[in-house]
Amino acid sequence: MKAIFGTPLITRGSMQRRLVIQLSLIAFLLSLLLFLIVRGVADRAASDTQDNILAASAISIADALYSEGGQVQLELPYSALSMLGTISEDRVFYRVNVDGTTLTGYDDLVVSARSDVSTQAEFSTFSYRGEPVRAVSVTRSVGSQSQRTLVQVVVAQTRLSLAQISYRITLWAVAIGVAFFLVATGLSLWAAHNALAPLNRVASAVTRRGPNDLRPVRAEAPAELAPLVSALNSFIVRLSASLARSEDFIAEAAHRVRTPLATVRTQAEVIHRSLQHSKNKSALREMIRAIDESSRSAGQLLDHAMVNFRADQFQAVDIDLRELVAETVERLSPTAELKDIAILVSDTGEDFAFSADPILLQNALRNVLDNAIKYSPPDSDILVKLFHDSNFHVISFHDQGRGFEGLNLENHFERFKRGTNVGDIVGSGLGLTIVNEVARAHGGHVKITSNKGEGACVSLFLPLA
Amino acid sequence: MRFFILAFGLIFSNVGVCVGFEIEDQRIYPATNAAQVLKVLSTADIASFDPLIKEFQMQNTEVSVNYTVASSAQVMTAIYDENAAFDLVISSAMDLQTKLANDGYSQSFISNNTARLPNWAKWQDQLFAFTQEPAALVISDKAFEGLTIPTNREQLIELMRANPEVFEGRIGTYDVRTSGLGYLFATQDSRNTDSFWRLTEVMGRLKTELYCCSGAMIDGVYQGKLALAYNVLGSYAENRLAREGGITIVPMQDYLTVMMRTALIPKTAESPHVAGRMIDFLLDENTQTKLAQTTGFPPIFGQIADSQKALRPIRLGPGLLVFLDRLKRKAFVRNWESSILQK
Repeated sequence: MKAIFGTPLITRGSMQRRLVIQLSLIAFLLSLLLFLIVRGVADRAASDTQDNILAASAISIADALYSEGGQVQLELPYSALSMLGTISEDRVFYRVNVDGTTLTGYDDLVVSARSDVSTQAEFSTFSYRGEPVRAVSVTRSVGSQSQRTLVQVVVAQTRLSLAQISYRITLWAVAIGVAFFLVATGLSLWAAHNALAPLNRVASAVTRRGPNDLRPVRAEAPAELAPLVSALNSFIVRLSASLARSEDFIAEAAHRVRTPLATVRTQAEVIHRSLQHSKNKSALREMIRAIDESSRSAGQLLDHAMVNFRADQFQAVDIDLRELVAETVERLSPTAELKDIAILVSDTGEDFAFSADPILLQNALRNVLDNAIKYSPPDSDILVKLFHDSNFHVISFHDQGRGFEGLNLENHFERFKRGTNVGDIVGSGLGLTIVNEVARAHGGHVKITSNKGEGACVSLFLPLA
Repeated sequence: MRFFILAFGLIFSNVGVCVGFEIEDQRIYPATNAAQVLKVLSTADIASFDPLIKEFQMQNTEVSVNYTVASSAQVMTAIYDENAAFDLVISSAMDLQTKLANDGYSQSFISNNTARLPNWAKWQDQLFAFTQEPAALVISDKAFEGLTIPTNREQLIELMRANPEVFEGRIGTYDVRTSGLGYLFATQDSRNTDSFWRLTEVMGRLKTELYCCSGAMIDGVYQGKLALAYNVLGSYAENRLAREGGITIVPMQDYLTVMMRTALIPKTAESPHVAGRMIDFLLDENTQTKLAQTTGFPPIFGQIADSQKALRPIRLGPGLLVFLDRLKRKAFVRNWESSILQK
């Protein structure tokens, strides 16, 4: 199992990253577009404003034109030029042109105009006195019907403030664009995270499960994930069916082996009794011992299957741990006496009421005690203690045997793993696995301590309340 | 003086050939270890500017200052027509200064001190105002004995009409044809009030004396030659009043034209950086707070006086170019001449 979990997954890209990158790219393009639009519109508005004021200025000058004795005259209105100074500090130039000669203004301010009188103001941009200027030209006809004179009014203004406005607008547009981009990227991060949340939810629902939990996944999933979840569920169903089949198979096999073994053992006993030759007798003795171990292993396999089954369908009743321990010790006392081993039980007198599956727990205690007896030297003591440790009831079994050796203590809980110092004693390696699974089914755990030469101590921790 | 007036008239009417601009006064302030020369062309007389230059030289010991005084019209001729090489031009004629800046005869200067100036006190980072001086009505206390002092132009007109024996030949004002500042004040008056032309007409009938400068008019009031002087630079009058009494500066309550003395660095400047230092010095907080005390010029930073509510400051900007328009000027001077000279 571990090997499968440990295999690194081959991942190709990340959906979230791809989603975020794509959304950010879109946000970037939109920001750029926004920047260009804001700049364009604002620039346009600013230059339109300048054009409008220029036109108003030129028209007010044109309106002030009059004819006196055939001569075109002009009373330059104060507002015509002052209005150009109200919104900016730009330099202003003007020229009033009658039949190609300058009536007043700057002689060198030349703007070609259409010869016909148009009410439209004509705009142009060119360089004048070393600076770009925006100029408007308005043409009027002045005088009576008989002697009409075409007068051209040109008003020009530098574009410094326009450049400043444009710069300010550009800064604003950049700020707006950047802000938009940041907000959009933030939102897309959030959206991507949200969109992928159900995936994580399903994944964590599966990850959180215990190793034996093979129920179908019920986490809420959006429609897009339904195929994945149902595929996973059908896989789980097949897996659990296959697991159940193999557990059944093992239990069945153990059962089938144990019954004939009992027959074989009985027959061997009978033959043993009838034999005279001591050499043959001792060979048969060995055989009986081997049969015992095989039968014991088969029994433990059955126990294990039973523990698995009961742990899956856990049903607790209130029991007293003290009674349970006493019962177990009593049941194993005859076996211990065969080796002259004394089992000494002590408790602190506290309340050991516990909610448990008594059959499971008894099975676990029996396995621990059985192990202790098996590995204890003849004529030694086994101490069984009941006490409370912080939040746990603790039942500890301390023997004077050889202890655990050569194996990581954790590994004792794996099936069919045994210590390196037990080659002379037949065992299945299933005992501690059973104990551990029972402890975990009750929300507790098992702790093994071993000091070489001082025996082993196996403690069962079961949660208080 | 008469010669100058004649010369100005000739140049302004474009009759004479270009003979070079006329200067009124000149003084060189040598520095002990002169490494740089600052050539200033100014309309302010040496007496009033002298403390400022000395103070400037104490801070800039290596700068020798060449201070030249000319009328505002001559300043225009020097820079506009002759491209004379000056580093700094200081003038009270805001319109002519604006025209210099507008037509590209000045250069930009930006410093911490110019940045401190309010927007209405500078234009294009080329024109910097450092004083604000109201145009005042100055009267002789002796001549006004028994008369009500007018508080606005209507009352002034009434008063002059009612008492021709007091005022006949005893009114002084600028000759707008020769004085740039006089022209600026008169044109602003014509914008500000409808009674300006009536006032001019009444003054004309009473045979008003025409002057080139504020100083001469105030002299006239002191000497008893004049009963009143109209549109005199208030700062000059205050200076005199502080030293000797006998005159009153009348705060007009309909409005009070306020002129700002401005400085600019011409394109032709040979040491614009030194000129920049002078501008910084003029706008410096220290100089500004002492300005009224040392020179009599009211500083640009600060209120003129709380009582004078009807301040009408002349705005810098292209509007000032209007009365410099060839036709406009001709028409204005024609009207003015017909009123004041009664011809």
